[in-house]
Amino acid sequence: MSVRRLAQVQPDSFAFSAETRSLADWWIAKYPEGRQASAVIPILWLVQKQEGWVSEPAIRTIAALLGMPVIRVFEVATFYTMFQLEPVGTKALIQVCGTTPCMLRGAGELMDVCKKKIGDKDHLSADGNFTWQEVECLGACVNAPMAQINDYYYEDLTAETMTQIIDDFAAGKAPKPGSYAGRHTSEPAGGAKTLGDPALYDGSLGEPIKSLPNTPAPEKAQEGAAS
Amino acid sequence: MPIAKVNGVEVEFEPGMTVLQVAELAGEEIPRFCYHERLSIAGNCRMCLVEVKPGPPKPQASCALPAADKQEIFTNTPMVKKAREGVMEFLLINHPLDCPICDQGGECDLQDEAMGYGRDDSRYSENKRAVEEKFMGPLIKTVMTRCIQCTRCVRFATEIAGVSDLGLIGRGEDAEITTYLEKAVASELSGNLADICPVGALTHKPWAFNYRSWELKKTESVDVMDAVGSAIRVDVRGPEVMRVLPRVNEAINEEWLADKARYAVDGLMRQRLDRPYVRIGGKLVEATWSQAFAAVAGKLKATAPDRIGVIAGDLSAAEEMKAALDLFAALGVKSLDCRQDGSAAHPKWGRESYLFNSTIQGIEDADAILMIGTNPRTEAPLVNARIRKRWIRGELPIGVIGEQADLTYPYDYLGAGAASIAALGQSDSDFAKAFAAAERPVVIVGSGALARADGAAVLQLAAGLAKSGGEWNGFNVLHTAASRVGGLDLGFVPGEGGKTALQLVEKGGADVLVLLGADEIDLSATGAFVVYIGSHGDAGAHRADVVLPGAAYTEKPGVYVNTEGRAQLAERAIFPKGEAREDWTILRALSDHLGVRLPYDSLEQLRQALITDHPTFGQVDYAPGHSTAGSFSLAGVGEKGETAETPFASPVADYYLTNPIARASRTMAECSALHATAGRAPMAAE
Repeated sequence: MSVRRLAQVQPDSFAFSAETRSLADWWIAKYPEGRQASAVIPILWLVQKQEGWVSEPAIRTIAALLGMPVIRVFEVATFYTMFQLEPVGTKALIQVCGTTPCMLRGAGELMDVCKKKIGDKDHLSADGNFTWQEVECLGACVNAPMAQINDYYYEDLTAETMTQIIDDFAAGKAPKPGSYAGRHTSEPAGGAKTLGDPALYDGSLGEPIKSLPNTPAPEKAQEGAAS
Repeated sequence: MPIAKVNGVEVEFEPGMTVLQVAELAGEEIPRFCYHERLSIAGNCRMCLVEVKPGPPKPQASCALPAADKQEIFTNTPMVKKAREGVMEFLLINHPLDCPICDQGGECDLQDEAMGYGRDDSRYSENKRAVEEKFMGPLIKTVMTRCIQCTRCVRFATEIAGVSDLGLIGRGEDAEITTYLEKAVASELSGNLADICPVGALTHKPWAFNYRSWELKKTESVDVMDAVGSAIRVDVRGPEVMRVLPRVNEAINEEWLADKARYAVDGLMRQRLDRPYVRIGGKLVEATWSQAFAAVAGKLKATAPDRIGVIAGDLSAAEEMKAALDLFAALGVKSLDCRQDGSAAHPKWGRESYLFNSTIQGIEDADAILMIGTNPRTEAPLVNARIRKRWIRGELPIGVIGEQADLTYPYDYLGAGAASIAALGQSDSDFAKAFAAAERPVVIVGSGALARADGAAVLQLAAGLAKSGGEWNGFNVLHTAASRVGGLDLGFVPGEGGKTALQLVEKGGADVLVLLGADEIDLSATGAFVVYIGSHGDAGAHRADVVLPGAAYTEKPGVYVNTEGRAQLAERAIFPKGEAREDWTILRALSDHLGVRLPYDSLEQLRQALITDHPTFGQVDYAPGHSTAGSFSLAGVGEKGETAETPFASPVADYYLTNPIARASRTMAECSALHATAGRAPMAAE
């Protein structure tokens, strides 16, 4: 994890798009009056969705929207690593998992590919299309090594598939997310090894349940109760 | 009450106390960095670890752990010692070993605790982290590599000062304390940040590299920069005041101090009047004391008493006002005034009519506050902090009539001028209802409401809204001058047929004007012969015909009465500069030249006369507060009259430049300039 500070070059201004603004209002309305500041993380997400990253003017705009001191928004934005404080690649933001299981399964090779094709970690590529980062565990250890690209997980990667995926993104295509080892989600390699009996799935093994044990008697429906 | 055992000793404690507080009750000292009794609990430094039974077999942070009945607390077991040593080792991993050049050296919590829990060497062979310095304004110097992230400063700024300027950004090893984009801390209490910092990360910028704490002589005294009378400690080296720090006084300043009181002291070394001057041929020329006295005495003797006026300034101690009062009464002078701002406050309506009767501590008992013509944030920052403290506790309607300033807490704005006071009685707004229903309402009338032609009428209107009786007196006047209540107690106001300060300085108002450090009054119209007795070459000395050099508040023992009516003793920390003398001795010497010798030769005799004539001066550190509520009638306060439509304006236009000492201070000038640009000074750090 690198030092998280605001980018040197900042845009002059930030404005919510109509869609972001209406979503932001929906989030704000979830919290009681006087507690609008609670919506700061969702709104930082929305802003990042809109702009690709969180800029300094955006931080000020969010603070004004939520009626909280700017420094408090700044604290949140610099604390959480999912908020990008610098512009990221327009085509893909590649977050390679570098925690132990992925590392053991070859995350280092994926990073080498990224370094060769994109450039230094945490920095925009020369053409502005890509950024790659090393992140901590993304919770897909069964499919290690993996990377999160934009909003999707790309799993069971190798140096070759990683190269292919980057090339596809560069060509404007949208590579299929999920496992690249030919398996369904996190099934064992070569297909499911247990629970293979088709009778498990046709309902023939089950017995209808008459009553659930230890449940209280259902209350009588009140007359005129609010629907 | 529940009982806990601390190291085997039983202690009774109040429910809700933390383990740390209970251990302190038992006399055990617990090391701490992040915990501060006046701030919220953070629990992030982990230095206060103790062992608690029953509980998990591991050390617990005592500052954040509520104590329970029949709990056993151990503060000196091997486990506790080892745990604290571990914490200390981690804290010192990234802390630089620059104590020899650190301004906190000698009064540093980390240094002290490291003596008890630190190792003699380091096992850490990696690089230490380095953090960039931050700009926080002209008062706070940062050395952020020393920071241990206790967040005391963040909590102080947010909770006590009420400005959410500071924050902890980043995370883990990269966490840093900063203001947003290095903006200056916009608070009048920012100096306290350096006080509460347990290490040398935040230190006092104006005093950087000027002294070591152990080489200073410490004198306990009282602050005179506003009428609050904060308890201070004056630290001097040789002839120079090096710094001023707060002392704890729960009744007034708790343990905080406003920036002007703290940092204006460099003004004590600049613009000083250190010898008498006499104006000859339009120019002030150096003179001897006898020449100066001869010039003054000759002029006073040749002038009719009704053409002589005496004006006391904002920093005068009671002693010199008493001496002036006695001397000029002997000459038959009626025109004496201690209210150079033209305030309507007057002793004829009783002492309670010009005191802060609820007392500053009493603000915490208030259930509604109405402020009239005052901006306590600039006029008395510590009173404002006390109001904020009460507001944080909740359910406190606050109304303001006057300037609509940022007071660090929300309030109902009720109007700008006197008409709004009258309107409040008829209003059915939420605030008006809450205020009328309040059992312990506080009305605070500021100098901005009284220093007007219609001041007496405004005072009566305000008194009409206040409640007094039984155990509660909610009528308060917030003064801005340290000398004001003392002056009013002495009766330093025009006698029958006498002129007020503002009348005296009019064209033809007087032939001889004697100014006791009065620098805030407009002297441009007067054609009088001006005698200035004071410490600084400011407006008064500039216009003077004879300058008699006096002592500043750190250079003379003096009684100051704060806005609550609390007489407090200021002590002499250093001697007056050059040929300057303590002010009362100047008047005593002058009385000899005038042939009306004052009947006291020593300070003790003068104080005896002062206390005999005005017994309130003998009640040192005592504020009458609510005790006189029964005998005080609000109906007799002020005078009925027409009120003008002009809005109330706070007398403090620039917080940093309100008196001659502050105006002579470079630090205050820098603060004032920075304040004018709203805290943005990219390269103002040097």
